[in-house]
Amino acid sequence: MTTAWVYAELAGGVLDGSAAELLTTARTLADEVAAIALGPGATAAAADLGAAGAATVYASDDEVFASHSGGPQAFVLGGLIEEHRPSIVLFPGSYEGRDVAGRVQARTGSTLMANAIAVPAIDRARTEIFGGMTVVDVQLQGPEPHLVLVRPRSVTAEPTGGTATIVAVPAEIPEADLGARLVERHEEAATGPKLEEARVIVSGGRGLGGPDAFAMLDALASAIGGAAVGASRAAVDAGWVPYSYQIGQTGKTVKPDVYIAAGISGALQHVVGMKGAKRIVAINKDPEAPILKMADLGVVGDVFEVIPALTEEIRRRSGS
Amino acid sequence: MNVVVCTKHVPNPQGTPTLGPDHLLVRSGVEGALDPGDEYGLELALQLVERHGGEVTAVSMGPDDALAAVQRALAMGAHRGVLVTDDVLRGADALVTARVLAAAIQRQPAELVIAGVESTDGYTGTVPVTVAALLGHPSVTAVRALELEGDALRVERQTESGYDVYACPTPALITVTAGATEPRYPSLKGIMQAKQKPLDRLTAADLGLAPEDLRSSQTVVEVVDAPPPPGGEIVEGDTAVGRIADLLADAGAI
Ligand SMILES: Cc1cc2nc3c(=O)[nH]c(=O)nc-3n(C[C@H](O)[C@H](O)[C@H](O)COP(=O)(O)OP(=O)(O)OC[C@H]3O[C@@H](n4cnc5c(N)ncnc54)[C@H](O)[C@@H]3O)c2cc1C
Ligand SMILES: Nc1ncnc2c1ncn2[C@@H]1O[C@H](COP(=O)(O)O)[C@@H](O)[C@H]1O
Repeated sequence: MTTAWVYAELAGGVLDGSAAELLTTARTLADEVAAIALGPGATAAAADLGAAGAATVYASDDEVFASHSGGPQAFVLGGLIEEHRPSIVLFPGSYEGRDVAGRVQARTGSTLMANAIAVPAIDRARTEIFGGMTVVDVQLQGPEPHLVLVRPRSVTAEPTGGTATIVAVPAEIPEADLGARLVERHEEAATGPKLEEARVIVSGGRGLGGPDAFAMLDALASAIGGAAVGASRAAVDAGWVPYSYQIGQTGKTVKPDVYIAAGISGALQHVVGMKGAKRIVAINKDPEAPILKMADLGVVGDVFEVIPALTEEIRRRSGS
Repeated sequence: MNVVVCTKHVPNPQGTPTLGPDHLLVRSGVEGALDPGDEYGLELALQLVERHGGEVTAVSMGPDDALAAVQRALAMGAHRGVLVTDDVLRGADALVTARVLAAAIQRQPAELVIAGVESTDGYTGTVPVTVAALLGHPSVTAVRALELEGDALRVERQTESGYDVYACPTPALITVTAGATEPRYPSLKGIMQAKQKPLDRLTAADLGLAPEDLRSSQTVVEVVDAPPPPGGEIVEGDTAVGRIADLLADAGAI
């Protein structure tokens, strides 16, 4: 019997959407599928995990998982792996997924594959390189479990509507495995629709020149109605908008109906996060910018002229 | 406080990467550089020892060409360099890389190890935490600022919607996000001095690693080029705004 596990990430007590996607993949690989959920909200999430296809949920609601970074999760998961010997463990490709998988790897000595877009078999993972220009299949060898980090939104979750058996796991973490301790949390309140769910995304890059120009994108997004605002890493690194805006390899993967890239050059690492959009519009003043070549509609122009004019035009058409 | 910084040599980040006939990234004989993602951590390390004393050691694993990355780190101000080069390490996977780096780091006492969040060419993003686990160090990833407070570190970690502050005991490993700080340019003096600085060239055998620790467990079995995106139309001037609005209307968005 083959067993596939899913590391189900909880953020602020809420189950991350990646878990249902990973469970969908796990079901194609094994007849026995379990999820591991650690931290406040874990037991409550078990119902959703069961509905998404987990037969078993190893859960602990202990605070220790929320107040430390990676160490306690890796300690508990490592122990469970040694006890139950799954063939493969799927992780979300998030910071937390990487932190836990990287630590578990040191303990299991098994192979780890990051940035997978598909897992065709227990011993095979598929990834994209060079910004999605090349697709590579990798054979996974060595001791089990194979550890695979899957990019978000690589598959569509297909719930089974099942119910999971909850197995409570103890959270007795040795001092040495606790690691760094969370002392403060600073959050900016999120506004507007979520990037992953928006039908239209207006995204800004270094070409916007500073944080103030993002107000221009906000205005366009609200004129369209229900549109979300995103950004390139250059804009995030510059501190113009928080990391939650970032689209691309190290940020979110989005698949909206329309993606409008304003002042973004189209670096491969950005493109992997947005090339799944149904239609791409790019506004760039450099006619040679790579983003213009991949766009369905490429506009050679200055964002400071095009965006306000477009906002006006949309308001005019919708009669407001 | 002594700091080790992991400094990876990557093929020219602005260039076009290629795969060799063995399906491995071509790393030798191509123009390369210190991974730009490692310069932020190096800058934070240099600032730390400037304030608190101690030395910065740049550690790298890579082919002979990777010497350029270590030299760049030395020219920026690192005090010593370590480069591990060995034919058996060609195509090393994440675990083998982590074992080699951990063994090389262990050779000099350091209270802090700094790496990039992810490399520009491999972007696995797990090598540093695996190194931390092998060394028995706590780790905090995606750090954008840090301060030394007594024997512990106070670090700011980038999160979805802001940042978290962690108290981290030392010795520790952190990974630093791009954009955390403005890396310095090597001065002419720095470049001259770099040539005189101590540099250790090591092989896998020097690190006492067994052959089975160095065996990678991943093989590329298939490479397929995805069809290039079809591309569309490029417009300019007065009609552009109307065309975008038409497209939005056509998509049912307005
Ligand atoms: C390991 C790794 C991971 C990465 N992950 C990501 C990621 O997740 N997401 C991401 O986005 N990037 C990522 N990057 C960075 C990526 O390589 C690029 O550096 C980044 O996407 C560039 O952002 P940009 O297009 O906004 O800036 P630039 O490349 O500087 O482009 C700015 C563009 O704006 C145009 N412009 C300037 N002024 C105007 C104007 N007034 N009107 C119109 N156009 C104008 C310019 O012509 C230019 O094309 C990653 C890089 C690495 C190495
Ligand atoms: N061969 C290497 N030599 C030195 N540092 C490395 C090497 N590989 C990875 N690193 C470090 O680990 C970070 C993350 O790499 P990766 O996990 O490969 O994405 C890099 O930014 C480097 O700091």
